[in-house]
Amino acid sequence: MTELTKPEPTTVYIKASSGFAALNLGDLWHYRELIWFMIWRDIKVRYKQTALGAAWAVLQPVLTMLVFNFLFGNIAKMETDGGIPYPIFSYTALLPWGLFATALNSASRSLTSNQNMITKTYFPRLVLPMASVLGGLLDFAIAFVVLIGLMFYYGITPGVNALWALPLFILLSIVTALGIALWLSAINVQYRDVGYALPFLSQFWMFVTPIAYSSSVISEQWQVVYALNPMAGVVNGFRWALLGVGNPPDLLIGISAAISVLILVTGLVYFRNMERTFADTI
Amino acid sequence: MTIAIKVENISKRYKIGLAAQKFQYGMLRDVLVDTAKAPFRFAASLFGKQLEDPGRNAGYIWALKDVSFDLEEGKVLGIVGRNGAGKSTLLKVLSRVTEPTRGSVTVRGRVGSLLEVGTGFHPELTGRENIFLNGAILGMKRAEIAAKFDEIVEFSEVAQFIDTPVKRYSSGMYLRLAFAVAAHLEPEILVVDEVLAVGDAEFQRKCLGKMNDVAAQGRTVLFVSHNMSAILRLTQEAIVMQKGQLVKRAPTPEAVDFYLASGQAQAGERTWDADEVPASAMPFTPLSLRVKDARGGVADTLRSAEPITLEMEYRLDAPVTGLRVGVYLSTVRGEYVFTSFDVDDAALYEKHSTRPAGHYVSKCQIPADLLNEGRYILGVNASSFGVKRYFMDENALAFNIDPIGAPGIHWAEQRQGPIRPRLDWVIENVDK
Repeated sequence: MTELTKPEPTTVYIKASSGFAALNLGDLWHYRELIWFMIWRDIKVRYKQTALGAAWAVLQPVLTMLVFNFLFGNIAKMETDGGIPYPIFSYTALLPWGLFATALNSASRSLTSNQNMITKTYFPRLVLPMASVLGGLLDFAIAFVVLIGLMFYYGITPGVNALWALPLFILLSIVTALGIALWLSAINVQYRDVGYALPFLSQFWMFVTPIAYSSSVISEQWQVVYALNPMAGVVNGFRWALLGVGNPPDLLIGISAAISVLILVTGLVYFRNMERTFADTI
Repeated sequence: MTIAIKVENISKRYKIGLAAQKFQYGMLRDVLVDTAKAPFRFAASLFGKQLEDPGRNAGYIWALKDVSFDLEEGKVLGIVGRNGAGKSTLLKVLSRVTEPTRGSVTVRGRVGSLLEVGTGFHPELTGRENIFLNGAILGMKRAEIAAKFDEIVEFSEVAQFIDTPVKRYSSGMYLRLAFAVAAHLEPEILVVDEVLAVGDAEFQRKCLGKMNDVAAQGRTVLFVSHNMSAILRLTQEAIVMQKGQLVKRAPTPEAVDFYLASGQAQAGERTWDADEVPASAMPFTPLSLRVKDARGGVADTLRSAEPITLEMEYRLDAPVTGLRVGVYLSTVRGEYVFTSFDVDDAALYEKHSTRPAGHYVSKCQIPADLLNEGRYILGVNASSFGVKRYFMDENALAFNIDPIGAPGIHWAEQRQGPIRPRLDWVIENVDK
């Protein structure tokens, strides 16, 4: 045994927390390796025992795009901004939406699907929703390759703005998904209603986000209200950065960002407060 | 000496029975009203408020009540107590799985627990991958796991299948691998809770060996078990938990004795309170278990040379088919002496194939000249073979056997073995 270099053990003080619990992000940092391991596990097992494997990461947005193209492009003859072909117009929106929807869905269920970890061992519970949200990035990256192909096909060159704008918008959708998921996953521990409500929530959210349509159909006086949905800002931002259509980010994106940070912070506080009873109520 | 664990007045309250009560007294109207109220209750509870609703929030239970103790570094402490006494809750608080309602705990060092065996194992991942994942969940660093990897694989005896998904493993292999990871965590404080009940004998031996190693390396161990012989063998000191309270802390033999004597309404009799009987025992309700001497008196000390009567009194709230009520007899060292059921006789089993609801006593006699002197433990089991085990209490009652009048008593020596039969020796001189 190599006991010679054993560091002084750390002392842990356990007591009933009262009032608002401290966020204790230092503890989360200490367990950062676990976040990576959980992401790695999710990715490893995601397409296990499927015939098509990781192709599903591409097929899901592509099939949705084809359906949208048929319904809204061919039948409804929906107008796009600046005459961009409908397939790439919708696919550009489906990418960040897919990232958001998958993250929201899996993170909201992350606590209940890892029940035995929670009832048997200690770790900062935040690890679970965080890992679920980040795990969606790989699928996003795979689906992104198809977008590059589509852009070649339609001869569209993205502006240099994409270099700084895309990471920011990806971050915004992740922050939004995590914020909502913190609320929902904590509620889900006690009330499994969340599992039933989630499909409706994401469907509804998809309709109020300009994915199948252009946000220019929303009249001017409603734009501020529309900006309350951070995903609307993300989708418009993606289109602006990659396809060069629509307005550049303005004050409205500031409102979106403020909203999602607000959701994240309140979500963190709520999650931390419910965390102490997770093992008892799950 | 440094203190490894300092527990100060911890209490833990659980809410019970909300779901259980809900449909039990099933009037449809109540259920409908309850369902209609649900959304409002939900909205209020999200913000930690409880709507006034008499009869609904009645159920609280204190799983731990003002428990305090210190444990020095490098000591091995046994924890004994009946089911529901708060042992597992105590361990959960110590390993930070759940927060105490009141009080505080100071723990010096990492707490590793063998109740976490296999936590986070994913069936689709290979043995190798699960070792890393499980190690990370238990709080090990990647480098630490890599350094111990070979040792873990060797201990688990699944080297051949290390790159096979664990869903293809037999349950024994799965368990060995899971235990191997937990056993190599090398925490400053190790918590062991009854894992020894699983796995084959050879593997159990290895587990106990590992626990001994850990203790020998001067690390602190908390050991919970219903197996008194394991507690006696592995610990020098033990605490006894009763209904959420720490009722005794003493050198292990004394604590074990205290535990075995507790719950006895009078010497030689064990009675069960309603809250000691799990709901799963329905419709069987144990009432009492008694040992009586040859004169019919309930006694704590009985003579080896006289017959002993065992009486198990119970109630059936519904007819039960195929019921057998029986006892296990074992020594305080944990060796079984015998197992016997009231319908072991095939004709009797035929006759009592279905027992109607009612109040029963099953009794039998242990013949004279069977048991050696010493202390014995009676366990109770009520089950329908292959169908259901209604009730079991392995440490129901303890009693002493006095050797007065037993064979060989004219030598003041302790006889080996749990039985002391009076055998018909014949001495022949074969020279003739």
